[in-house]
Amino acid sequence: MRIKEHPILKFNKEKKIKFIFNGQELEGYEGDTIAAALHAQGVKVLGKSLFLHRPRGFYCAIGNCSSCLMTVNGVANVKTCVTDLEEGMVVETQEGKGVIV
Amino acid sequence: MKQAEIVVIGGGPAGLCAAMSAAKSGAGVLIIDRNKSLGGQLVKQTHMFFGSEKQYASTRGIDIPEILLKELAKYKDKVEIKTNSTAVGFYEDGVITVLEKEDKYYKVEPKAVVVATGAYEKFLSFPNNDLPGIYGAGAVQTLMNVHGVKPGNRVLMVGAGNIGLIVSYQLMQAGVKVAAILDAAPKIGGYLVHASKIRRMGVPILTSHTVKEAIGKDFLEKAVVCKVDEKFNPIPGTEITFDVDVMCISVGLTPLNELLAMRGCRMKYVPQLSGLVPVRDENYETTVENIFVAGDASGVEEASAAMVEGYLAGLCAAAKIGYKPDDFYERRKDYMNQLNNLRSGPAARHILAGLDQIRR
Amino acid sequence: MFEKTGIPSKEMVMEKFPSQDRINKGPVAIVECYREIPCNPCETACRFNAIRVGEDINNIPQINFDKCTGCAICLSKCPGLAIMIADGSKSEDTVEIKIPYEFLPLPGEGQVVKGLDREGKHITDVKVLKVTNPKSFDRTPVITIEVDRKFLYEIRNIRVEV
Repeated sequence: MRIKEHPILKFNKEKKIKFIFNGQELEGYEGDTIAAALHAQGVKVLGKSLFLHRPRGFYCAIGNCSSCLMTVNGVANVKTCVTDLEEGMVVETQEGKGVIV
Repeated sequence: MKQAEIVVIGGGPAGLCAAMSAAKSGAGVLIIDRNKSLGGQLVKQTHMFFGSEKQYASTRGIDIPEILLKELAKYKDKVEIKTNSTAVGFYEDGVITVLEKEDKYYKVEPKAVVVATGAYEKFLSFPNNDLPGIYGAGAVQTLMNVHGVKPGNRVLMVGAGNIGLIVSYQLMQAGVKVAAILDAAPKIGGYLVHASKIRRMGVPILTSHTVKEAIGKDFLEKAVVCKVDEKFNPIPGTEITFDVDVMCISVGLTPLNELLAMRGCRMKYVPQLSGLVPVRDENYETTVENIFVAGDASGVEEASAAMVEGYLAGLCAAAKIGYKPDDFYERRKDYMNQLNNLRSGPAARHILAGLDQIRR
Repeated sequence: MFEKTGIPSKEMVMEKFPSQDRINKGPVAIVECYREIPCNPCETACRFNAIRVGEDINNIPQINFDKCTGCAICLSKCPGLAIMIADGSKSEDTVEIKIPYEFLPLPGEGQVVKGLDREGKHITDVKVLKVTNPKSFDRTPVITIEVDRKFLYEIRNIRVEV
């Protein structure tokens, strides 16, 4: 789902990054946000809603709406649409509120 | 407590121009922006801008931050930039609290402030509107134009305003199929030159249509749309089902300006300016002295107007705290003329009607 | 209807065209800007003062076909991609049309591609004569196509099939 060539833009996606999503190793690129890297791998469901446990994806992608909250390296409620992907990150879908440790 | 002469909150088109304008007058400026780099939403606007030369017409939006930052660099001893920094509070005593990278939290006490915090995307209610795959049009623009990731294979665009039209075109440039563009209004809301360039790519524009429901288990699989009558009521029997994995919601923006309300600026709901906006005078000063506003936070408009509002607010904020250059009146008149010119046509009639309700 | 569909009517299109005589003399710009918007780069870009918007940038551009040389600078500068160039001086049966095309893949010179009308409907096949994409066009390539004269008022786009 990556754009290979574009008439206006050039994407400098050079350095690959490995990360763990729900126990599975996935690849993204340096400069990706967590949500963008997941979407590029076809992952659209980032969490489940608080009461009805409905699937949640991102909505605004610029840190306004909090629809993309996930648990990252054990920390709940991370806005994955504006958080950069890092090597070895452990990313998990979040059920409802998540647990604050 | 950090001291500053002028704090500009938000480093998008309005904020950058405000900072530049204030620094040019000689004031010290601190720019606070929550993103990792400046430019706001310009960074994903791959299309050429409208307007005239002074607002960088015919230049692609993505290239404008570099032009503005280069200009701003001329005043680098006057300007401090704090990225990854969110202004989280703006208190009655004039103090702004800033959260930097989630771990540093401090206070700033400025003499004047320009709030240029932009806007956020509106949402639309219909059954299953929360399914993943249903995204703001601006979100999709960020995903594909900033990160180089396609949102999906086939898109239904909801809203035929400028953003809906532009993002549809950009989706096609990224190699994504656009099934249709719909709008509940009986007429296309965006510039018709945009509409024509999408229509001649073969994409139908369905006016007087709305979303009836989204269908899908874990994410969007189908969208059902239907016609609406003059009162926007759905007409039974007119349903069309689209097999799409992405739906873009582009039904307008709302000013993002809670900091001004928190500070105690008088706010007023003005539908033509897309929501709650601060009451201000012609210099863009709000009802609280030395607190200015610019760009979409003052009412949703085109980026070209946001830049000019920024120049004007920055100039006037600097003048209020003692940095009044010799050519103050000349510059102010130029900015006001530019704004009048951008707003004098039929495409901005609603903006003028909105501004009439908001002047201090 | 234009406001509902984005498709200008034949009459609206015809009004923007110069005479056949003028087209037969050599290249000339056709500015399909039908509604007032705040925009004037076409006027700024024209080195021959052939396009006038005026003091109020919301005015609809007026073009002087006698001054216009069909140089295509305005074509790449128009943010609405609303300008095309027609040249009927080369042949009695065909016209050469220049259009902006910001998609990939770009067609190759000599390639036959689908010619589309203002609805995006395939009306005829057209031959690509030239693809111009200098730095000054800022990523808005200009495609020159050879089109049967009978489609002069209909042709507006191409589709490159992969």
